[in-house]
Amino acid sequence: MNPIAIGTNNLSRTYRKARKRRWWWSKPKSSTEANEAQEFIALDQVSLEVPQGELFGLLGPNGAGKTTLIKILTTLLAPSAGTAQVDGLDVVKDAQKIRPLINMVSGGESSGYGILNVRENLWLFARIYGVPTALAKERIERMLGVVGMTEKGDSRISHLSTGQRQKMNFCRGFITDPKILFLDEPTLGLDVTSARGIRAFIKEWMKEKPDRTLLLTTHYMAEADELCDRLAIIDKGKVLACDSPANLKRQVQKYPLYELSLAPGANGWAEVESLPGVHQSTATTTPTTVELKVSLHDEPAIGAVVQSLVTSGGRILTMKKVEPTLEDVFIERVGHGLSDEATPASVAQE
Amino acid sequence: MPSTFRLFVSAALARTYPRVAWLFRSNSWMIQETVLPVLAVAAFAYAYRAMNAPEAYTGFLVLGAAMTTFWLNVLWGMGAQLYWERDSGNLELYVMSPAPMMAILTGMALGGMTTTIVRATAIVIAGVLMFDVPINPSSWWLLVLAFFVTLAALYGLGMLFASVFLLWGREAWHLVNLLQEPVYLLSGTNFPVTVLPRMIALVASAIPLTLGMDAMRQVLFRTPGLFEVWVELSVLGGLAVVFFFCARWGLRYLERRAREEGKLTVRWQ
Repeated sequence: MNPIAIGTNNLSRTYRKARKRRWWWSKPKSSTEANEAQEFIALDQVSLEVPQGELFGLLGPNGAGKTTLIKILTTLLAPSAGTAQVDGLDVVKDAQKIRPLINMVSGGESSGYGILNVRENLWLFARIYGVPTALAKERIERMLGVVGMTEKGDSRISHLSTGQRQKMNFCRGFITDPKILFLDEPTLGLDVTSARGIRAFIKEWMKEKPDRTLLLTTHYMAEADELCDRLAIIDKGKVLACDSPANLKRQVQKYPLYELSLAPGANGWAEVESLPGVHQSTATTTPTTVELKVSLHDEPAIGAVVQSLVTSGGRILTMKKVEPTLEDVFIERVGHGLSDEATPASVAQE
Repeated sequence: MPSTFRLFVSAALARTYPRVAWLFRSNSWMIQETVLPVLAVAAFAYAYRAMNAPEAYTGFLVLGAAMTTFWLNVLWGMGAQLYWERDSGNLELYVMSPAPMMAILTGMALGGMTTTIVRATAIVIAGVLMFDVPINPSSWWLLVLAFFVTLAALYGLGMLFASVFLLWGREAWHLVNLLQEPVYLLSGTNFPVTVLPRMIALVASAIPLTLGMDAMRQVLFRTPGLFEVWVELSVLGGLAVVFFFCARWGLRYLERRAREEGKLTVRWQ
């Protein structure tokens, strides 16, 4: 038994765009400059270790490299450099040995056959793992109960809503009883109650067998905070931090954080970041307010921040000191919020 | 973990299932895929009658129309299928699973054969009844053998196409379009292939449909063919084995390349 379920060492993945040709018979441009411009580094020397039995999270914005990492670990994509092991087996050399041990669910995936109903689709994907029909049916019923779709089991999947298809795919990941499961945004697009049910099941599933390992990617900070034993913050292909949610939050505690809500049309919040004692600031513009988050080197600097905002004509609607969350950890490490709207103050001003 | 053989069978039968289910759940195929081919046959059949062509020629047409459904299934249901499987997200689930991709292709082939046999049978029955085709085979057993050896070679070629599609995107789509119409001409879908110039007929023999139809026509209507029936069946058997192994090799090679180039998971390319 390998104590490390998932391990990567300086793992990199570069995508190359096809070089354009003027005509199909003409040679593509081959200068070094052109090559560099057409390369995209999705993963940049990622080194991680996930022990067996751990629920490990990957937190990062769109395009951070989370899905690329999962595709490599699930043997669907080859690394450009470095190595990756799943259950001690190399993802390139031992792909065929890894496959019986794993499964993956991607949020928003549209897999399955519209002509078949939910139970038949799940049966099909169980059979390609060699799960006997009787056992597959038993697991399918259990999983349909978990996601509240027992009545929908005989509906063709072409008649399901997006959320229901997402739930079916979630079931698909579990019916093969994988030793190592990869969940890529599993609650994407689900309603609050369903997402809560799924999170509860994930925790229960992990407790059932202690040798199970789960790697979860998510956009939702609260989900990562609730579920993950440890998590890595990843951006632009690099792992910026890796620890338990509690430890990560503790690390960010050294910068007291204030949240200020400003009336629309406020000026001067871009200059806040340059004030003495201010560590970092981010601003999100909504139709009715400008939400400003300011982390400080020295807590008394909040006075200067308020003064600066008021003297530049800003009207402060509310102000509060906030306890650190994973989002604050993210801002601290990445330099901007996870949601696309949250941009560094200096960028938002432009 | 089940044995490799049991897993192969389990995966192949699982992948056969959607196709067979489609046969019973889709309502439109009977009109689209039986009536329309018979109408196409009718045009040629009346032209042959107007020219006082031998009666067996009408039988050639009906057999050609039935076998064409297999060719279309090989091109679109086998060759292009992995392209659709990738776009729908199923391909990555298959590749990620422990089942060998050859099992998935075998399932696709078995499903395709089952559904197409039903369609082809409907075409043959309609054609025979409408045009009073004389059926007097020299041997029913030989006819059945010729049919299944032809299917083995055809679907072996389909598996080879499918493996190529794993790497190619729309280029492979164009290839399928390119292969569709010219093959009707080269394989002698609507006429005896013996009327083609000898050299062209020999080249066309690399297409399983050509030799398969020629062998079945010889047995069914006792007409002369390109070669002796046993020669044609031997060549078809050889082609089936060659295509199968080329597909197996191609699938491994192209899966590796697709993983390196990231094409297993890229959609809409």
